[in-house]
Amino acid sequence: MTQSEFRAALLDPEGPLPAGLTDPEGRPAPKRFNVYRNNVTVSLTEALRQAFPVVRALVGEEFFTAMAQVHLRAHPPRSPLLMFYGEDMPAFLEGFAPVRHLGYLPDVARLELALRQSYHAAEAPPMPSELFGALGPDRLMRARIVFVPAVRLIRSRWPVHAIWAANARGEAPPTAATPQDTLITRPSYDPEPVLLPPGAGNFVAALLAGARLGEAIEQGPEFDLTATLTILMARGAIAQIQEGDAP
Amino acid sequence: MDPTTRHLPQRPGVGYKPQHFSNIIAGADPVKWLEIHAENYMGDGGRPIAQLRHLAERFPISVHGVGLSIGGEGPLDREHLARHRHLNDWLNPASFSEHLAWSTHGAEFLNDLLPLPYTEATLTRVADHIDEVQEALGRRMLLENPSVYLSFSGSHLDEIEFLGELARRTGCGLLLDVNNVYVSCTNRCTSPEDYIDRFPHALVGEIHLGGHDEDRDDSGRPLLIDAHGSEVVDPVWQLYARTIELGGPKPTLIEWDNDVPDWPVLATEAHRAARILDPVLERVTA
Repeated sequence: MTQSEFRAALLDPEGPLPAGLTDPEGRPAPKRFNVYRNNVTVSLTEALRQAFPVVRALVGEEFFTAMAQVHLRAHPPRSPLLMFYGEDMPAFLEGFAPVRHLGYLPDVARLELALRQSYHAAEAPPMPSELFGALGPDRLMRARIVFVPAVRLIRSRWPVHAIWAANARGEAPPTAATPQDTLITRPSYDPEPVLLPPGAGNFVAALLAGARLGEAIEQGPEFDLTATLTILMARGAIAQIQEGDAP
Repeated sequence: MDPTTRHLPQRPGVGYKPQHFSNIIAGADPVKWLEIHAENYMGDGGRPIAQLRHLAERFPISVHGVGLSIGGEGPLDREHLARHRHLNDWLNPASFSEHLAWSTHGAEFLNDLLPLPYTEATLTRVADHIDEVQEALGRRMLLENPSVYLSFSGSHLDEIEFLGELARRTGCGLLLDVNNVYVSCTNRCTSPEDYIDRFPHALVGEIHLGGHDEDRDDSGRPLLIDAHGSEVVDPVWQLYARTIELGGPKPTLIEWDNDVPDWPVLATEAHRAARILDPVLERVTA
């Protein structure tokens, strides 16, 4: 029996058992093999439950557990770092017929994955806000922004920030299916999703991709620049402002 | 603390859970050291790493890997080994241990400690992997005896001889999980006392104690399952007392990973281990 055969039987609850695995008397022992099947299923389901509490709240516990079992068999972890397990969940949800009517679900999963990545990101001191004003408008427009590692941006055509806040924090649920861009920062140890002003998603995405401030503003659409920069500064999203060409 | 003299004390320790952070900082007695699962501290930063740095200033830390797949048929995951090296380098723990098991297949991590047949081929492969780990970390590791549910028809070496031979070939030490002994021997219909009596205690650097679940196998006989979700049962405490009598006092970990209880429940388990360790410690230091 090879580990490849063992693995195949492990992830296929209906499949045949590998030969050569027995009880102490040499008899076939399906219940004994099922201990391993059960350990894998239960522990990976639990990892997914912890990763996606809001997806879970949206579809219900029972449905989530059944869906997790389909997911874990199709997408077992690719790393022993289970704290990041579930990276295939958004794409899986997009193709999973029973949740196709919940168009926002993949983006909610993306938001939850981003929260975890932010939680485990490296520390970096945010830039003191005085430095921002000290630069002067011309130099500022030519500068690039270096974000702290815990920053994430989730752009969605759905109101995912409101959906997340309604389920995670008991806030009022969204009343319209408007697009929302969510910035995740980590002021101390707990990541915080904050709703960006309408239209600011393009700007922040361009900054994250390394555009100069002026370029990021010009590409539009219209948005509230002051409110957006205030969010970035107040939440400690900016590590430094880089003048001149990127290194 | 001088890093070169770091070692686990021959006292009770517990598996660290973040929900117990404040209890531990407020006074962990009788717990004198902590064990972490390495893979939970391989992020780049954030609260887990900050808590670990804080705890490591106050307690000796044992790093217990659950994902190296030392028994895997394929090569060790070099990227994962590099993460271990990074953790080992900045933390400089008092001990490092892993399992006689496999958990990775190709690019997949299956998140369970899967069993191995005890053959010459397994022995050679596992010894090579232990050599590689010890070389990468620059330290001696401890290898833990598994919980066993199945028998392999191709397995012909005795588990204790297998572990002893691995230690002889690689210089590694052993982590004796007394609950695993009880679980495996019950499942194999062999005597756990005999297992403890034959074990090479001089090689043991750490002991694990934990709870298990009870089921029945296909013939209706007891099938015990290593679950780490409940108190250590009386027969395992008796086996532990026998182990300490035979092998002397050892760093002893209370493992509780699922349905984690409030701190006082864990502290009570640690007190129970201390009551068994203390008289033997007094005798050997007298």
